[in-house]
Amino acid sequence: MSLIDSLPRVGVPKLPRVDGLIPWIVPLAIILIWQVACVTGFVSARVLPAPSDVALAGWKLLLSGELARNIWVSFWRASVGFLIGGSIGFSFGLANGLSQTSSKLTDTTLQMVRNIPHLALIPLVILWFGIDESAKLFLVALGVFFPIYLNTLHGIRTVDPQLIEMGRIYGMSDGELFRRVIFPGALPSIFVGLRFALGIMWLTLIVAETIAASSGLGYMAMQAREFMLIDVVVLSILIYALLGKLADSASRALERLTLSWHPAFQKH
Amino acid sequence: MQEALRFLSPGAEPVDRADFIERARQLRRGSDGSSRGLALTIRGLRKSFGDNEVLRGIDLHIPAGQFVAIVGRSGCGKSTLLRLIAGLETITAGTIGFSEETRPEDVRVMFQEPRLLPWARVLSNVEVGLGHERHLPDAQARAEGALVEVGLDEKRGQWPAVLSGGQKQRVALARALVSQPRVLAFDEPLGALDALTRISMQRLLERVWHDQGFTAILVTHDVSEAVALADRVLVIEYGGIAHDIEVDIPRPRRRGSAQLAALEGSILKNLLQGTEDTSDL
Repeated sequence: MSLIDSLPRVGVPKLPRVDGLIPWIVPLAIILIWQVACVTGFVSARVLPAPSDVALAGWKLLLSGELARNIWVSFWRASVGFLIGGSIGFSFGLANGLSQTSSKLTDTTLQMVRNIPHLALIPLVILWFGIDESAKLFLVALGVFFPIYLNTLHGIRTVDPQLIEMGRIYGMSDGELFRRVIFPGALPSIFVGLRFALGIMWLTLIVAETIAASSGLGYMAMQAREFMLIDVVVLSILIYALLGKLADSASRALERLTLSWHPAFQKH
Repeated sequence: MQEALRFLSPGAEPVDRADFIERARQLRRGSDGSSRGLALTIRGLRKSFGDNEVLRGIDLHIPAGQFVAIVGRSGCGKSTLLRLIAGLETITAGTIGFSEETRPEDVRVMFQEPRLLPWARVLSNVEVGLGHERHLPDAQARAEGALVEVGLDEKRGQWPAVLSGGQKQRVALARALVSQPRVLAFDEPLGALDALTRISMQRLLERVWHDQGFTAILVTHDVSEAVALADRVLVIEYGGIAHDIEVDIPRPRRRGSAQLAALEGSILKNLLQGTEDTSDL
């Protein structure tokens, strides 16, 4: 054993939140390489504008108020559509998970509808709603319905029957049994559905806005394409990535908060 | 009190401390030998699942406060008998009667699996055991008391996931005890535990039974466990009671004593004979 090993270790002052920065190393490195490639002329600006140009375009749009307006419109559509589709999916999931009759009545129908790609309904939806707000809300709601429905149903069906028997033995009423046993037991599965649904929510919204809209991020990208504003197109794509990441982080935070009992979420 | 003092008086034979505590507990249950437990009378009990008749006419009387062990080979119907007593299955024919009117909180079951709610902390898992009384203001104090009884009060704020198998089972015991049941049914409660934990759990079960004076019904496949704990061992074969054996070995019983071993041997012989009989069929 050397002398150095035997000396008491002096604590190295830890940089706060360093751990939280690690996931951002790769995206930042990509942007850096991208910038270098553009500045040196390795990549033509007509193929891919430099990140600095994209940022400049973003700044201009921000100043004109157009960016904020489009993001807000898309965000509003996404959340309202998600709330509508999510709550209907959740309700059906609960009903069919808890009641055999309800399940017999509706599950087959829902499974048939599920197998239609919801984006295939765009022509029909345009005929029904035009390019109105309701068209986008309908598509988003339909898209998020199924992951929430299926995972809620699965979560409830797979709650440990021994725990349900235990709850009954200890005199829990139906409401209490749901609140204390069934719902918490189904929650991990519901969160899986939630995160799937968030992904589908963005996908649906962007496709719908690209095809039929007069505002929103998808519309902004399509309009920029017509005017050959490739920096704005790239900007829109980057904003999708950020918003998607934001939604995922929010659902993860919610998961950590509500599933703190779960061994997978316990700090050691 | 006089009886308690007798152990301390110089004239009495010397007793060690554990022995003294044990006897003092016995006295707490009432000097007249009465108990908080309920007596149980079963008449002509039958149970079928479809065409399969599991219990074929059980007649049984269990006096209040008795510790009864039910042994038998797997599939003999011993767990079904316990589930019927606990009201978890419907009776096909016959009756099960308690000596007094029972509240749901009076009869509790403890299973082989702890069946704790993983999303509730230890203390609120124990509070579940209060049944309809869990909304009363003293619920938390009672749950804490039950955790002290099983020696786990320092774990009250933990999630069940971090507990060992034996600790989880002790929480399940606290949950079963917290409503101060008058009949406690154990369905192989120690079957999934390792040998050492099982022995300390057996001592704990015996102690709480002494303390609380409930009627205990223990289903087990472990004959040595049955003779160590029970006042009486029932051997079930082919859906009926084949043997009804009194265990009049004084408590506290010493594990591995010749008396226990002899009794265990004779019960095992009975069980094995049953096996040989079936090989002729």
